Amino acid sequence: MGRLFLVISSTKVTKMSEPSDQKLSNYLFPRWTNKLPAYFAIGGILFFCFIIFVFWYWLSPKNTDIGYAPKQPIPYSHKLHAGELGIDCRYCHINVERAAAATVPPTEICMNCHKIIKTDSPYIQKLKKSYDENKPMQWIKVHKLPDYVYFDHSRHVNSGVACVTCHGRIDQMAVVHQVQPLSMSWCLDCHRHPEKNLRPKSLITKMDWSTPDPLSLGKELRQANHINPREDCSTCHR
Amino acid sequence: MQNESTVQRPHLITPGINFKEVSDIVCKPVEDKTPKWWFIAFTGAVSLLLLLLSMLSYLIWEGVGVWGLNNPVAWGFDIVNFVFWVGIGHAGTLISAILFLFKQKWRMSINRFAEAMTIFAVICALVFPGIHVGRAWLDFYLFPIPNQMAMWPNFRSPLLWDVFAVSTYFSVSLLFWFVGLIPDLAVIRDRAKTKTKKMVYGIFALGWRGANRHWQNYEKAYLLLAALATPLVLSVHSIVSFDFAVSQLPGWHTTIFPPYFVAGAIFSGFAMVVTLMVLARELFGLKDLITLHHLECMNRIILATGTMVGYAYAMEFFTAWYSGNQYEAFAFVNRAFGPYAWAYWIMISCNVISPQLFWSKRIRTSIPLMFIISIFVNIGMWFERFVITVTSLHADFLPSSWAYYSPTWVDLCTLAGSFGLFFTLFLLFLKFLPMIAISEVKGVMPEANPHHGEAH
Repeated sequence: MGRLFLVISSTKVTKMSEPSDQKLSNYLFPRWTNKLPAYFAIGGILFFCFIIFVFWYWLSPKNTDIGYAPKQPIPYSHKLHAGELGIDCRYCHINVERAAAATVPPTEICMNCHKIIKTDSPYIQKLKKSYDENKPMQWIKVHKLPDYVYFDHSRHVNSGVACVTCHGRIDQMAVVHQVQPLSMSWCLDCHRHPEKNLRPKSLITKMDWSTPDPLSLGKELRQANHINPREDCSTCHR
Repeated sequence: MQNESTVQRPHLITPGINFKEVSDIVCKPVEDKTPKWWFIAFTGAVSLLLLLLSMLSYLIWEGVGVWGLNNPVAWGFDIVNFVFWVGIGHAGTLISAILFLFKQKWRMSINRFAEAMTIFAVICALVFPGIHVGRAWLDFYLFPIPNQMAMWPNFRSPLLWDVFAVSTYFSVSLLFWFVGLIPDLAVIRDRAKTKTKKMVYGIFALGWRGANRHWQNYEKAYLLLAALATPLVLSVHSIVSFDFAVSQLPGWHTTIFPPYFVAGAIFSGFAMVVTLMVLARELFGLKDLITLHHLECMNRIILATGTMVGYAYAMEFFTAWYSGNQYEAFAFVNRAFGPYAWAYWIMISCNVISPQLFWSKRIRTSIPLMFIISIFVNIGMWFERFVITVTSLHADFLPSSWAYYSPTWVDLCTLAGSFGLFFTLFLLFLKFLPMIAISEVKGVMPEANPHHGEAH
């Protein structure tokens, strides 16, 4: 097949054999193009890493959801109520131990106190209006899960997973924002190693609780309470 | 090679043409004023391409409900079209790689053409897996990319193997095609009159000067790529067949599927090459380079693979009977005599009966007849995929869930549109690239033999 050389250049042989450099330069690429393959190789690797970064981080809830802090109709402060005043989470989120939804409190619960406290504040007057007209406040949900995910608060809380584990230090937040990604891998991480996040059931609402060796306590609790979270698809996607 | 003087082989191209004339003939469509028919054909192809794009947008906007899929038949036109186009894309690599390794010199005139067709057919095929998933924005699930769900695709599923098989096939075919093009791009560059043309072809010719070292590297690269592409010819359609065969559905779950699919793919690919080649050699005056001998060789392969496909159809029925499995037996009786019997008999007449006419040399060498038969084979092979996909699904184990599948207008327009994509790319290829491998054709001419012209 080497004789093809003669073939292809048969019409060119005379021109090619001319000693003129000018002719040859028609065929040659500039010298800097010698570096192009290396640039393409490096660029290709960087592009590959970039694609992985896009899917692994940039499109994940770690990037899209953490820090979500919508403006509420009334600037209710968890920092004041749960932190400084020390009201237990379950005083307002009444169903957290009994049902799938923790329950956003109805206006009636607010009015238990605010019938007499700070009644002259314009915000409380807004609250009272909702109470008088029997129209619920339009609170905006912060911690959202996709509608194809089944999640039950009671199952988790009764197993000894604390509020703070998923929601963060709500007692220090003037405006509630999302702290954890609530992504599938984040859920699975705990379902695979629940002992990292277990505590005695009586302490689930204690935001600042800590113990010197949480892991061995978690292992003990897991054994004692038979905490064996499942990982199959239908556990969460029913 | 040494025996060429003693054994007279048929001329691969019309005798009496010299090297310069070969270059002239092949470069003419690239250099001359574009003929009027090209613009008419291109307008038609682009309109169909726009139809495809609007159907895809409608699908993504509205959801897969716009297709005719129903509960038992969850694979319809999307998968049928995918397998059809991947199958067509088999002729190119077979001609480039396998016939090259077997030193079949008649491939030289048709390989460029067939390889281009392969690449465009695979592009058409690649549209369908991306859209059949329903939520096209989640297509990244097809690839093993680390993600927030901590989930990988199912590595035990042939659907994932398919992603790798088809994309490997596409990249190797593209590389093979491009490497083969380099010397010819240099020819066009050297003949180019305008500066832009010189520049653009010059870039893609990669500084080719026809030097001895260039040819040595080129030959080595070509041989290596041929060796690399050869197993792919067999693997791609085997894995496409696993999409069906690995499931447990009667009519799909058979071990004969991989060889049967590969034979069918080559069959359909060659038929498509003949269809397009007959038109192109007529319209571009390539009859001296693509002779009747080339077309006859192609038709022989169509006859051989068509007979294999016919054997496979018969063997499926034999297996269904011999297995004694009532579900398997029902699936095949239902295929031939059930509600989709019309599709089955279209398939049989186009794929089994029509290529048998090629036993006659008169039909094998008649341009109009081979054109018609090749079209029949294209139709038949589309229906083969329809029959396999739909008849097996529409009546499976549970009679209460049986249902008849019929396509909607969106299905039909998407199929028509995929032809638009194919022909748009193909017409651009005819216009801008040498459709015959100039250097390879010159290499098989008698003048290329160093002993040519010597006294015996």
